[in-house]
Amino acid sequence: MTDTGLKTTASDSFDAFGFIARFAPLIFLLVLMAVFAILEPRFLSSINLFNVMRQVSITGLLAIGMTFVILTAGIDLSIGSLLAFAGLVAAAVAKGGLQDRFTVGDDAVGYGWQLAALAAIAVGLLGGYLQGFAITRLKVPPFVVTLGGMSVFRGAALLFAAGGPISGFDKAFTWWGQGKIGPVPVPVIIFLVCAIIAHIVLRHMRFGRRVYAVGGNPEAARLSGLNVNAITCAVYVIMGFFAGLGAFVLAARLNSAEAVAGTGYELTVIASVVIGGTSLFGGVGTIFGTVVGTILIGVLLNGLVLMNVSSYVQQIIIGVIIVLAVAFDTFAKSRRKRA
Amino acid sequence: MSGISKSFPGVKALENVDFAVGAAEIHAFLGENGAGKSTLLKILSGAQPPDTGTIEFNGQQLVLASPQDAQRHGIVTIYQEFTLAPDMTVAENVFVGREPGSRFFVNHARMENETRNLCKRIGLDRDPATRVRDLSVAEQQMVEIARALSMKSRLIVMDEPTSALSRSEVEKLYLIVRALKAEGISTIFVTHRLEEVFEICDRYTVLRDGRHVGAGRVADTSLEGIIRMMVGRDVGLLAHRQGSTATGEVALEARSLSRRRKATDASAIELHDVSFTVHKGEILGIAGLVGAGRTESARAIFGADLIDSGEVLVGGKPVSIKSPADAIRNGIGLVPEDRKQQALFLGLAIRTNLSMAAHDRISSWGSFISTSKEKALVEDFRKALNIRMASGDQLVGNLSGGNQQKVVLARWLALRPSVLIVDEPTRGIDVGAKVEVHNLLIEMAKSGIAIIVISSELPEIMALSDRIVTMREGRVTGEVPGPGTSQEQLMTLMTLSTPKAA
Repeated sequence: MTDTGLKTTASDSFDAFGFIARFAPLIFLLVLMAVFAILEPRFLSSINLFNVMRQVSITGLLAIGMTFVILTAGIDLSIGSLLAFAGLVAAAVAKGGLQDRFTVGDDAVGYGWQLAALAAIAVGLLGGYLQGFAITRLKVPPFVVTLGGMSVFRGAALLFAAGGPISGFDKAFTWWGQGKIGPVPVPVIIFLVCAIIAHIVLRHMRFGRRVYAVGGNPEAARLSGLNVNAITCAVYVIMGFFAGLGAFVLAARLNSAEAVAGTGYELTVIASVVIGGTSLFGGVGTIFGTVVGTILIGVLLNGLVLMNVSSYVQQIIIGVIIVLAVAFDTFAKSRRKRA
Repeated sequence: MSGISKSFPGVKALENVDFAVGAAEIHAFLGENGAGKSTLLKILSGAQPPDTGTIEFNGQQLVLASPQDAQRHGIVTIYQEFTLAPDMTVAENVFVGREPGSRFFVNHARMENETRNLCKRIGLDRDPATRVRDLSVAEQQMVEIARALSMKSRLIVMDEPTSALSRSEVEKLYLIVRALKAEGISTIFVTHRLEEVFEICDRYTVLRDGRHVGAGRVADTSLEGIIRMMVGRDVGLLAHRQGSTATGEVALEARSLSRRRKATDASAIELHDVSFTVHKGEILGIAGLVGAGRTESARAIFGADLIDSGEVLVGGKPVSIKSPADAIRNGIGLVPEDRKQQALFLGLAIRTNLSMAAHDRISSWGSFISTSKEKALVEDFRKALNIRMASGDQLVGNLSGGNQQKVVLARWLALRPSVLIVDEPTRGIDVGAKVEVHNLLIEMAKSGIAIIVISSELPEIMALSDRIVTMREGRVTGEVPGPGTSQEQLMTLMTLSTPKAA
């Protein structure tokens, strides 16, 4: 046997399956849009399309963070709860305290959107760090830690606001959720800027390389001198950052924060990431895929709303999509192994 | 068993092997690492079918489709790693899957009674309701034997049964095996401790390179005779080392590395006062059979496993190594034994794999990876190591074993290490690539790197090494010069507790 360096010539020639696996989400998205456009002409209006984009920008922010987590073969179920808690803290800061909770409009005397945003992000970072600590130091599996976190942060949110909403912020605050730059809603810009930064971090920075390495083969990563615990902890902190940022933008968009915000987001967000081609087994995935996956889920839900499909059915569809996407991923993984 | 052959893709594991065990006999089954012992045992235990050949048992021809099938015929294998459920009781473990009672309900009283009788037969003085977790390693082994007896076995295969036992426990095991022999039950003993062959076994069979090379009565042979049969493996082409490049300057010294067995991990390998030095430009071989502690010593030096005591000196200065990152900072690299599990990121590109430990060399502005610097690095090593690949963006998983190993070597060379430990550098690599890897190691030594080679292939270690340290059961048992030492001498040091001249 001569050592040609290549096991098969097939790996060098055009790999149809690999091509489809890579662009499947994008193809699926275009097909879906075409179908909705035919069934419901209102779908393609620019107002509706920007509307879809604004709707997905919050879950999109979370999905960016979730991509980091899932790339390390982790999972974060706590994001919806953490988002609710961070949103309430931001709202309380913006209002200058909890007693002004029901004051509506510009007359509220608070600390301004800057501090409010910082507070939301700080809560997110702290929540993420605590979970990362439990996962790496106490060696509790991410699923369990964040399942616990899901309950802890939701409880904290309910306790903090005594169950009620905090609403009515000044214009400078709500601009971050409701404003536009030209025709483009501000949340969409935040989402896309974050996506570009995250893409650069994952593709071109040392840290990104290490995230893929830890997810792809943690033992090999350790034996290559990487600090696996620090990297793992960092992805949960990043997730926390996006939960905090998402909380701020959501509060700004709704002009209100409440303890039940973000319920069920974990499912939508995980579905967006997985359908975008990121493997739950870790080590494989891109931010581009996540952006496409996020828009795909948004378009699907929007189209279903336009076609008057009940929100109960939408839940069923999301659930089925997750299972199918993971089934596809498992199939792709077994192919990778054989290759 | 007669005429047994078995091939795996690219390897002929067994070639026309005959293997016979008499009734009421204790049979030693011997061979070097990779001689084909495990494959034959798997066939005998029903875990794998042979390609050709037949198994005859008690005058009856058997076709074993599964381990359960083999057990039904009275052939039970006890593996080195026990297959007991630690949180279940002794009785539950003995009868797992075959619980007495009706179809849906277990008759606990009967199960415990029968277990008590079995335990009495082999001298295990424990309540059948004890949880296995609370037993010693030797007692757990007795539970395995009790399980084998409960299956009415006529032939018990024991894979390295004494490796985890103390001397007095070994004596007790001998008593049990002799008692079974008196009942007409045969035992196959797979062992690396050759003196045990003469203490307990009646007959022996030796395999080498998948072939039967000798069998007979233990009383008719000698230790030297058996060692001569075991060694002399044919490994094909080997690189030829011309003259040593070793200097007198010590690059790394390991002092009294020790690791005790923890209750939580009974099969872990202990290290006892492992000490050795390696010089700049020298190739030091570490030889030993599986489980001798070679890999464990390497991982201890590299900080991959924590040890209880001992220190590592680099360039004469003690260094504190608590993680692989610490080791790398001190100029130590490790090419681990299992390339795919421990070294490579199969889903990532060659480029990413190669540069993984050397991000400092290919960064710009601190934390950004410079693609152009990275490509240049990969190109340098592609030329220097003759890595055959289409492009650096190709997945490393698509390379052949030899080229994958070169990528791993390049990863470490990119760090310009002062010490490089290579564990089984040519495992799973075809012959041509093997010679290339050997030549690379020789070149590296010439450039002043201190190299520690761990290998199960004696000819490989002998061809490469300036000096060879032998290990057995976590202890260093000897040190010999590489050139001029015979395989017999090495094998003697690797297999005997009290080395004597071969």
